[in-house]
Amino acid sequence: MMPPEDPTPDFWSEDPPQPPAPAPENNADRWLDDRAGPMVRPYVMTSGRIEPSHGRFDLITLVVAVGVEPDTTIGLGPEHLAIIRLCQNVMSVAELTGHLDLPVATVRVMLGDLLDKGFVSLQEPEPEADMHDIRLYKAVIDGLRAL
Amino acid sequence: MVSGPSRRDAPTRGVRARRLPTAVKIVIAGGFGVGKTTMVGTVSETRPLRTEELLTDQSIGVDDVAGVERKDTTTVAMDFGRITMQDEYVLYLFGTPGQKRFWFMWDEVTLGALGAVVLADTRRLSDCFPSVDYFERRKTPFVVAVNCFEGAKQYELAEIEMALNLGPRVPVMLCDARSLESCKQVLINLVLHAMKYRGLTEEPQPQKA
Repeated sequence: MMPPEDPTPDFWSEDPPQPPAPAPENNADRWLDDRAGPMVRPYVMTSGRIEPSHGRFDLITLVVAVGVEPDTTIGLGPEHLAIIRLCQNVMSVAELTGHLDLPVATVRVMLGDLLDKGFVSLQEPEPEADMHDIRLYKAVIDGLRAL
Repeated sequence: MVSGPSRRDAPTRGVRARRLPTAVKIVIAGGFGVGKTTMVGTVSETRPLRTEELLTDQSIGVDDVAGVERKDTTTVAMDFGRITMQDEYVLYLFGTPGQKRFWFMWDEVTLGALGAVVLADTRRLSDCFPSVDYFERRKTPFVVAVNCFEGAKQYELAEIEMALNLGPRVPVMLCDARSLESCKQVLINLVLHAMKYRGLTEEPQPQKA
């Protein structure tokens, strides 16, 4: 998601800050409370973020890895690298979550990171308003018949 | 920190300038145990996968108001399958959890969906009512497919249609979620119905499941 336009005067206008990614903490359990339960691990993976820095990432948004093989020293975690590996073939957000066995929200945050760094490219699905392309329906019918 | 991504001499893995396909989705809804996952598995080209959503980060407020969610419902699973098509389309089928409290997930899955199949079981016909209500209200084109379970009493289609009390334009059909041919027909009927529903009628040729 794009940050909202900032209507405030210039002195505020240095890029709206990205939510600062807290440094990985050893005492991660201070984020725990009674209700946190089993969610702690996914949130730790995303440094506590629940929204991707940008990108909508529908469940059927298609993702593919682009560019060079990432260097492991540039702040990507093992899950980021796993996503890049999986995205050697075009893959939907839903498939990524299935293969990685991670919640959708977690995968979205990591995809936002990868998009920021230019490691993945996306194809968003047709918005609902654009479901009037007859070619789409014909292609689906043909595809189903061919099964 | 090394400036990794811009190393020019690094081996690029092919210039991926090619266009990515467009994904389309169909929702498979219905009550618990009605055969949603079976249908997804029958037509999917890959082993069906499961995606999980954390209930608590999507429904803050809903849970608080309800105050009845048990601890073991912090994640909701959804099974889905994939069918790769010609012409750069990929079809995804999502089996959505039937219970009303998961409707926040339905909203996400249904948004932009080509249409929906509501699976019904004649032994528990009312289980499909929430799905029917949902798609009617949301104006998503849908068909009702009655999964014929072995041992269940067989009804005439007309009897089932009457019991469902649907609008006259909603197709109802019998199916066997384990049969590829049967599932194909249900999905083709849905696509034809969706075309008609959206005013794209060209050659309406509904087929019996």
